[in-house]
Amino acid sequence: MSDAIQVKQLRKEFKSASSRSGLKGAFRDLLTRNYKIVPAVNDINFTVKKGEMVAYIGENGAGKSTTIKMLTGILEPTAGEITVNGMNPHREREKFTQTIGVVFGQRSQLWWDIAVQESFRLLKKVYKVTDEQYNDHMEHVIKTLDIGPLLDKPVRKLSLGQRMRCELAAALIHNPPLLFLDEPTIGLDVLVKLKIREFLKEINEKYNTTILLTTHDLGDIEALCERVIMLDEGKIIYDGELQSLKDNWAEEKQIHFQFIEQVALHEVQSLPLPFDVNWVCDEKSQTYIALLKEESDHISQLVSAVVAHFKIKDIKIHETSIEEIVRNIYEEGTV
Amino acid sequence: MEKYLAMIRMRFLMMLAYRTDYYTGILIYSINIGAYYFLWNAIYGEKSSIEGLSSMQMTTYVAVAWMARAFYFNNIDREIATEIKDGKVAIEMIRPYNYLGMKTMQGLGEGIFRFFFFSIPGMLLVAFIFPIELPHEPATWGLFGISLLFSFVINTQINLLTGITTFFLYNNAGLIRAKRVIIDLFSGLLLPISFYPIWAQEVMKYLPFQGISYVPSMIFTNGYSSGEIGMALLQQFIWCIILIIPIQLLWIVAKKQLIIQGG
Repeated sequence: MSDAIQVKQLRKEFKSASSRSGLKGAFRDLLTRNYKIVPAVNDINFTVKKGEMVAYIGENGAGKSTTIKMLTGILEPTAGEITVNGMNPHREREKFTQTIGVVFGQRSQLWWDIAVQESFRLLKKVYKVTDEQYNDHMEHVIKTLDIGPLLDKPVRKLSLGQRMRCELAAALIHNPPLLFLDEPTIGLDVLVKLKIREFLKEINEKYNTTILLTTHDLGDIEALCERVIMLDEGKIIYDGELQSLKDNWAEEKQIHFQFIEQVALHEVQSLPLPFDVNWVCDEKSQTYIALLKEESDHISQLVSAVVAHFKIKDIKIHETSIEEIVRNIYEEGTV
Repeated sequence: MEKYLAMIRMRFLMMLAYRTDYYTGILIYSINIGAYYFLWNAIYGEKSSIEGLSSMQMTTYVAVAWMARAFYFNNIDREIATEIKDGKVAIEMIRPYNYLGMKTMQGLGEGIFRFFFFSIPGMLLVAFIFPIELPHEPATWGLFGISLLFSFVINTQINLLTGITTFFLYNNAGLIRAKRVIIDLFSGLLLPISFYPIWAQEVMKYLPFQGISYVPSMIFTNGYSSGEIGMALLQQFIWCIILIIPIQLLWIVAKKQLIIQGG
């Protein structure tokens, strides 16, 4: 068994009631309602190997959370097969949940009015963790996440960043081989984000923990995941390496020039170059942007030509960021 | 098993965290007992007994019925409803335990807490203020204890049933309120079952509600003969078993129906 997650032709449909319009419609709704069947997840297939860190991304409503909820055994799929840690999550729920850890960024799994350590203590009993295992593992987790001083405070008194670190620790009490993180860094400041990313990397290396995370923060992905699964309208539109996603979509480089003297657009356009350069003028900041394919020494040729003809105040080479790539993909809807 | 004990302990801690609820609870129960005491005193007037209960027995009945309620009463139906409404049930489903079992344990934790820190001191206080006849025989106390445990089970099962309907109705606040009134009325908390018209008593024989309050209170006030006690306990026990069936059936369907609201 080297696959942590296997998903075959997975499908989830929701029945949603649509209301008729007007007062008359409302009365008719009392008697019979119109139902529409909406597929939230539409026949998807993928596998995740043990020890992999995979980002599961998509726009709001693309079906990410629904997939996670099926993978964790909360929801029953309409059709298709799921095997996670060698089990069917929904049918063998109680046994299965022993082998996973889950963090929902939007919900707390700690008890609101009670000290954090009491929640930990209960979860320790729930997951049947021995004192030895607990001390051995959690001491380290508590130290790395720096939550020692928070343990005797009730959860409601914690800040979001403090709480999220405690949530993460709570999900790891039984040291699960598979970790689901549903938007774990939502609403957190940069420092906490960095800490959480570092921590996730560390447990992945130490215990070979498989991690599947959904996020809107592409920094998370860049820091953690080599593989990306992208979802749109319930379908997988990309499944592969982050690097090749970048390579395919970030073909163009942007070079920003600022000149000391006034330069007209036709002047830069008439520069003698043996290849095509697309010039864009940003009038507000008096910046000219050259868009060109990243091939052989085109960039150096362009720069030397510009430098030879004009006096330069500033020059920036801009690589297309993940955000832009993803935005492009979302807009076009295919990869 | 250990995890269920841990959950009872957790509920204890929660009850301690909500201190104001505890104090207002004592106040509300005292007012209720006092009000019913004076009401029944007025009804009895010069009469020595009504429907086979003496005025002294009646006072005891009222006091013990409310103190027993402190043990068997819980809000787990409302808790289940809230957890489903705001989607918190997702968190419960990712843990390796039986959701309904855990809810029952939370109810039991609440019950045990109130039994020791509420019912017992409350009963002592009430016995001090009002003329109450406590049973002399230890056996009566024992039977009362058993019966009270059954009350807890039946009441909790009915709460679970009401709670699970949220999976289908999404908003069942009205149903929960109706259930509460029905239980207060038909369980014999407000009025002993023997005071109802005969036809109503006949109907109620076939309902589980009198097993919640009437039976333990009657045992406590020596209102039953020993044969009747046996029958009543048996009836309670049978209801405990019967109610498992609809709960399990509904639960199986509910798990398939489950929609996590709010993302």
